Amino acid sequence: MEPIIKIKEVTFKYNPEDKPALDKVSLDIMPGEFVAILGHNGSGKSTLAKLINSLLLPTEGQIWVKGMNTQDDDKLWDIRQSAGMVFQNPDNQLVATIVEEDVAFGPENQGVEPLEIRKRVDDALKVVDMYEFRRRPPHLLSGGQKQRIAIAGVLALNSDCIILDEPTAMLDPSGRKEVIETITKLNQDEGKTVILITHFMDEAVKAKRVVVMDDGKIHLQGTPKEVFSNVQRIKSFGLDVPQVTEVAHNLIEQGIPLSKDIISIEELVEALCQ
Amino acid sequence: MPIIIEGLSFYYGEGTPFETKAIDNVSMEIKNGDFVGIIGHTGSGKSTLIQHFNGLILPQKGTVLIDGQNIKDKNLKLKKIRQKVGLVFQYPEYQLFEETVYKDVAYGPINLDLNPEEVKQRVKNALELVGFDYEMIKDKSPFDLSGGQKRRVAIAGVLAMKPDYLVLDEPTAGLDPAGRNEILDNIRKLHENKMTIVLVSHSMEDIARLVKYVYVMYQGKIHMQGTPKEVYSHSEELKRIGLGVPQVVDLLTALNKNGLMISSEALTVEEATNAILHGIRGGLNA
Repeated sequence: MEPIIKIKEVTFKYNPEDKPALDKVSLDIMPGEFVAILGHNGSGKSTLAKLINSLLLPTEGQIWVKGMNTQDDDKLWDIRQSAGMVFQNPDNQLVATIVEEDVAFGPENQGVEPLEIRKRVDDALKVVDMYEFRRRPPHLLSGGQKQRIAIAGVLALNSDCIILDEPTAMLDPSGRKEVIETITKLNQDEGKTVILITHFMDEAVKAKRVVVMDDGKIHLQGTPKEVFSNVQRIKSFGLDVPQVTEVAHNLIEQGIPLSKDIISIEELVEALCQ
Repeated sequence: MPIIIEGLSFYYGEGTPFETKAIDNVSMEIKNGDFVGIIGHTGSGKSTLIQHFNGLILPQKGTVLIDGQNIKDKNLKLKKIRQKVGLVFQYPEYQLFEETVYKDVAYGPINLDLNPEEVKQRVKNALELVGFDYEMIKDKSPFDLSGGQKRRVAIAGVLAMKPDYLVLDEPTAGLDPAGRNEILDNIRKLHENKMTIVLVSHSMEDIARLVKYVYVMYQGKIHMQGTPKEVYSHSEELKRIGLGVPQVVDLLTALNKNGLMISSEALTVEEATNAILHGIRGGLNA
């Protein structure tokens, strides 16, 4: 299988004299994968996301989205249609006064047939479980609902890949839960490729692969279990591990025999109560 | 002297068809030296409530007394109240505007007509309170700093007004774990230096780690209140109203359900580790 996104030795500098925001990064993402990208502020995560979407172009190296080079001007709109983005602030990315019009904004601009738009908008709103809100004004919705509308907007473009840059940073606990459940569903039921940039370790645990960035480079990657079992290393990057992993790690240090790769409550309960 | 709130209600769009009740008959008392947390889902009334603390919103019904002064008193200078009660909004770094950190933090004190020496002293103190080396930071542009640093500069701008009460609305939202810890350590130290602190947060972990008393807002009302231990013991109810509990609380509940008898009062990773060790070792001895 060909990767849906192929990043090859990409370096990016915001200014020629600056130190690189990304430094020779290579990463392949396969169709249907769910990848979480972790790293402290300024580690290069968002820069990477913008490069995939062709909002920024590599200073050196190449990126291909579904075989299209992001530096190929003619493919710009195809690339953005293939890899849609959802940003942190729900209030900055909704443009219309009615939910369904907002979701229709993308396909309308692509010149999609009106009947097809109707169908896509309805389908997208049903997937994110916001169909009954289709005639509401977005500004009266909660943060989690707004983010789900933004996700529906990407779905209506028939994007194969969705890139989410800290989509839950501004949400309350129930809003975060709604958004993460929606993302998981898109990946599992709709087969969408998901790239989730986050500062919340309990969200990263849901991914199939976790990539840890620091100083413009990829330092660690693997399944959540592989990555989070390196508690000290993760902390050295200014990151955290899930609380339950930290408890397990402390217990191991106190001489309790436990596996090092516990990342969920269920696993720790099973290990301790067997 | 405390902040006393009695029977406070507030409606947005009062008298219009879109009238919504944001605050519904809320009473609370924040005493000197308290460290109070306010939690609640988006739209539960938290931010509307705290804007009453320094008179940005005046009560439609009920009273707000700051150190015995009614904020609706016509003879009261609201400027004095706002100096006394410092409010740090969400994403305060968006309010930075000056070309150097010094000028930005000095903006408030200069507008109090203080003499230059006093202004300088206040800026220096405020920047040191949030963990900066004054000489290193003062001439930098606030826009060249990291997200967590910008936010600390913005908090310093409020501290330079020498408030008696510091109210922070979601001070760690959007920060990475290291940035979060930086800000929380600063807030903890401010409290140790006797400042009264009100922390509004969506992070159940932050509230569990720091505050002494929690108010839970739901539909404009105070739905629950108590110490973090008391409040987080109602985890089902908190989840029902759109909140949660720290992961360790769920962990201990699950362990107890599965027959490991341990104290389920722990709220932090350290407390949970100790509770489990105690449970296991106690069990082995028995």
